[in-house]
Amino acid sequence: MTAQRTGLITKISGNMVTAQFDSPVMQNEVAYILHGKERLKSEIIRVRGNLAEMQVYEDTGSLKVGEEVEFTGELLSVELGPGMLGQIFDGLQNPLPELASRCGFFLKRGIYIDPLPESKEWNFSPLVRPGDMVRAGDAVGFVEEKLFRHSCMVPFSWEGIFRVESVAEPGGYTKRQPVARLVDEKGSTHPVFLSQIWPVKIPIKAYREKLKPTEPLVTKMRLIDSLFPVARGGTYCIPGPFGAGKTVLQQLISRHADADVVVIAACGERAGEVVETIKTFPTLIDPRTDRPLSDRTVIICNTSSMPVAARESSVYTAVTIAEYFRQMGLNVLLLADSTSRWAQAMREMSGRLEEIPGEEAFPAYLESHIASFYERAGVVRLNNGTTGSVTIGGAVSPAGGNFEEPVTQATLKVVGAFHGLSRSRSDARRYPAIDPLISWSKYRSIIDETQRMRGREILRKGNDVSQMMKVVGEEGTSLSDYIEYLKAEFFDSVYLQQNAFDPVDEATPQERQIYVFDFIYYILDSEFSFSTKDEALHFFQQLRQIFRGWNSAAWKSDEFVRTEQEIRGLLQERMVKGTHA
Amino acid sequence: MHKYYSKITQIAGDVITVEAEDVGNMELAQVITGRGTSLAQVIRLDGKKVFLQVFAGSRGISTGDRVRFLGHPMRVSTGDSLLGRIFNGSGMPLDRGPELTDDLVDIGGPPVNPVKRIIPDKMIRTGIPMIDVFNSLVESQKLPVFSIAGEPYNELLARIAIQAEVDIIILGGMGLKYDDYLFFRDTLEEHGALSRSIVFMHTAADPIVECLLVPDISLAVAEHFALSGRRVLVLLTDMSNFCDALKVISITMEQIPSNRGYPGDLYSQLASRYEKAVDFDTAGSITILAATTMPGDDVTHPIPDNTGYITEGQFYLKNGVIEPFGSLSRLKQQVNGKTRDDHRTIMDTMIQLFAEYRETLEKQAMGFQMSPWDQKLLKYGKIFEEKMMSLGVNIPLERALDLGWEILSDCFSPEETGIKRSMIDTHWPKTHESEIIPG
Repeated sequence: MTAQRTGLITKISGNMVTAQFDSPVMQNEVAYILHGKERLKSEIIRVRGNLAEMQVYEDTGSLKVGEEVEFTGELLSVELGPGMLGQIFDGLQNPLPELASRCGFFLKRGIYIDPLPESKEWNFSPLVRPGDMVRAGDAVGFVEEKLFRHSCMVPFSWEGIFRVESVAEPGGYTKRQPVARLVDEKGSTHPVFLSQIWPVKIPIKAYREKLKPTEPLVTKMRLIDSLFPVARGGTYCIPGPFGAGKTVLQQLISRHADADVVVIAACGERAGEVVETIKTFPTLIDPRTDRPLSDRTVIICNTSSMPVAARESSVYTAVTIAEYFRQMGLNVLLLADSTSRWAQAMREMSGRLEEIPGEEAFPAYLESHIASFYERAGVVRLNNGTTGSVTIGGAVSPAGGNFEEPVTQATLKVVGAFHGLSRSRSDARRYPAIDPLISWSKYRSIIDETQRMRGREILRKGNDVSQMMKVVGEEGTSLSDYIEYLKAEFFDSVYLQQNAFDPVDEATPQERQIYVFDFIYYILDSEFSFSTKDEALHFFQQLRQIFRGWNSAAWKSDEFVRTEQEIRGLLQERMVKGTHA
Repeated sequence: MHKYYSKITQIAGDVITVEAEDVGNMELAQVITGRGTSLAQVIRLDGKKVFLQVFAGSRGISTGDRVRFLGHPMRVSTGDSLLGRIFNGSGMPLDRGPELTDDLVDIGGPPVNPVKRIIPDKMIRTGIPMIDVFNSLVESQKLPVFSIAGEPYNELLARIAIQAEVDIIILGGMGLKYDDYLFFRDTLEEHGALSRSIVFMHTAADPIVECLLVPDISLAVAEHFALSGRRVLVLLTDMSNFCDALKVISITMEQIPSNRGYPGDLYSQLASRYEKAVDFDTAGSITILAATTMPGDDVTHPIPDNTGYITEGQFYLKNGVIEPFGSLSRLKQQVNGKTRDDHRTIMDTMIQLFAEYRETLEKQAMGFQMSPWDQKLLKYGKIFEEKMMSLGVNIPLERALDLGWEILSDCFSPEETGIKRSMIDTHWPKTHESEIIPG
C-alpha cells in the first residue's frame, strides 16, 4: 500500500458514519475509525462525491464529528486455516472465548483478535514434491486437526499453474511459517502458508465444476428425510412463526445430520440458544466419529444485541468458512438462523442510506442478495476429482408468521426444499411442526417413491375428511372415510411426530426409517373391519400407544422385536384377511 | 469547562437541533430554559448540527435557550441505597428521598459475551400451575405477557413478583396510568416486597422521551446487581408504550418507517433490551417479565411479532386466564426434566387432550352429535379449566402434577391418553385400575 489514506467524520447517524476523503476510496473496503485509543472497524457501503458512507461494526456512542478515519484498501475478509473447528467466532471472526478471557463479561468494542492462534504449531505432512505442478485450491500438504486431515491449499486467489519449488519437511509449523514455495509462469516465487485470507462476499471457486445435488443428506428427522428430503449440496428453508420450533429443529439437525462439518451462523437471534450449543456440544458424542460434536462444528455468532452491521457480515463469514471446508472434499452443512435478521440488517442500513424502500421497507436488492447467498451452496468436483459439498439450511422468521412477506418469498424462489412450520401444529404440540400439507422438496427421498406418495396421499385424504367432518360432523362421515382419517392421524402421530426429548426417538437413522416406513405403508394399505367408529377409534388409539413405545425402543433391541410382534398381533385381529400376504 | 451553546436552529417534536462542536454521539446535555433545566441526549450528528432528544419534551423551549454538553452518556446511580426507592425515567426521585449520585454506571452498556453466559437451569416457582406445570419460568428467561387492555396483566406481574424466589425486583413502568403505579407500589408494600424492590416509573402523563429511558435504566441497575451475584427479576410494563415512543422519535427524525409506522430497527431496539436477561457465569442473573399489550388483540402486529421472535416464549393472558395454546416457555425443557419424572408426560398429555376438547367444543357449537369420546373430552375440559387454568389456583408444582393424574384417571382409560405404558404403570392412580379395558 502507498501512503496511508485517511478521511474525517462529518456525520453520525446510528451505526452509519459519513467521512470526507481526498484520495480515492474503494466500495466495500474496510476502514477504521480512530477514536482515542479505539479503532472501530467499518465498511464503505456507498460513495457520493467526496463523502464515503460507512456501516460501523461497533456501537457508535461518543464518536465525534471531525475524528479521523483510516482506509485499508482491503475488502472485509476472513482468515482460513487450521484452528477453526470447535471455535466460536463473532460476525467479524473474532474468537469469543479469547475475547472473554481478555475483556471479561462484556463485548468491549474495538478489540480485534487474530482469528487463528498465532503461535500454535501444527504437525505438517507434505503431499507434493518439488517439480509438481499445482493450481489454486490444490493441497500441498496437510495438518492433523481433530477429525480430519486439514489440507493446506494453494491460495484460492492465485491464477494460473504453479511449479512447486520447495516444500517443507514433515514437522511442526505455525501459520506464519511458509510450508511451500511455488513458482508462477513468469518465474517469480510465492510462499504458501497454513492459512490464507479470503474476502467474505466473494464465493470461493477453486474447483473444477459444480454438480447437481442428488445424494440425500440424512438429518435423522423422519418427516424431513422421508417426506421432504434435503440433498447434499442442496438448499432448504424453514420459515415459521415464532414459537413454532425453528431453532429447536435447526439444533436437532446440527446434532444429527450426516455431515462432516457443521457451520452454525447464529445471526441476530437469542444469545441463550447459542449458549446451549456452545455448552452442550463439547459434551455430546457424535456416534459417527466417537468424538465430541464440537470437533466438527464452527459457530459464527452474532446475537440480536450485538451490532447490526456485523450481523450482516456474519452470514457471509459463515458461508465462506463452509466453502473453505468444501475445498478439502468434505460435506459441509451450513445452518443460518435466521436469514430474516440478516435481511432486517440490510433494511436498517438501507433506511439509514435513505434509499427508496421496496416492499415492507426492504431494499430492492433483497432478492438478489438472498439468491446469491443460497447459490453458494452446491456439490463441486475438485481439481483432484473428489467431491465436496455445502448444504445451506436457512431459518426464516416471517413477520406475523405470514409466508407472503418478501424474505420468505425471495427465499422460496431459490431453495430446493421448503419446510413450512405451522402455528396450528405447534399449538397442538405436534413436533416437528413442519406442515406436511404445504411443504415440498425437489430432492430424492430415502423412501421408495410409491410408498412416499402413499404417505402424502393419506395425509391429504385425512385432512379432507377432517375438514369435511367439521361441516357434516362425525355422524355424517362414512366409516371408510373415518378410517382413512384415523390412518392419517396415526401416521402423523407415530411417524411424522418425533419426541426430541426421548433419547431414541429424537434421531432415526436411515435404515430404521426405511424399515418403519415400510411397515406403516403396510398398515396404511391394509383394510380393517370395524363395526362402529368408536371401535375404530379405540383400535387406533391402542395401536398408537404401542407404536410410540416402539419408537423409543432401541433399534433391533429385544424390546423392539417384542413390541413389533405385539403390534403385528394387534393388526392381525382386525385386518381383513387377504388384503396383505 | 463545559461551554454553553445557544444556537438552536430547529425544534421538531421532542427533538431540537443546536449548532455545537466537539460533541460525542449519544452524549448527555442540559437544556436550560426559562422554566427549568432538562436533560437531553445526542441522537444524531451532522456537521455542526447536533440533534438532541429532550427528556422533558420540547414544549416551552425557545430558540434563544442555552445548551450545555456534559461530556458523558446517560448514567444512573446503583447499589443497595436504591432499594425501596422510586424514581422517574430520568432517574430523579419520585418519593421525596434524596437524589443519588454514587456508583454511577452508563446505561445501555455493551452486550454480554455469549461464552460468559451459562445454560439456565434454575426454575422460578410461582405457584401458578399454568406456569409451573405447563410453561415453567426459568431464571434468566425473558418472557412477555401478551395481553390486551383490560386484562389483569399488571396483577399477574405483581403476583409473580411477590411469589417468585429472587433477591431483587426492579419494576420499570412505561406509560402507566397513575392508579396502576399506585397499585404496584401498594401491592409490593403490603407483601413486604418493597424493601427489595426498585421502581423506575414513567406514567402516561410524563414526557415521552423518558419512557424510552425506562428499560435501559432499569436494566443497567439490574446488571450491576447481577454482576455482584444477585438474582434480579425485572418487570417491564407496558413495552408497547416503549415501542410507540420509539415510533414517535423515529418519525420526528424523518426515518423511513417499515411496518405500520414503526422504525426498521424495532427488532434490534427491543433485542438490545431483552437480551440483557442473562445468567452470568460465576455471578447472578437477570430475568425479565414484560407486559406487552397487543393493539387490537393482533399477535401479528409489529410489536408482539418482533417481541415474540426475541423472547424465550410468551404467556397469552386472555379472558383472565393464561391460555394454554400459544403460551410457551422455551426454557422449560431445561428444568422440567429434573422436577419429577412425570412432569413432561402430564404437560404434553393434558395439553393434547385439551386441544381435542377445544375441537369438540367447536363441533358442539355447530350442533353435531356428541360421540362417547366427545362426552369424555367435554368432561375433561371442564375440570381442567376449573382446577388447573384458573388464575385463582395457587398450589405447588408437585401437588399440581398429582392433580393432573387424578383428572386424567377421572376422565379416561389409560390407553385413551396415549401415555407410554411404563409411565402408566408407575403413576396411574391405583383406585382406577379396575377400569382398564384389557387390550
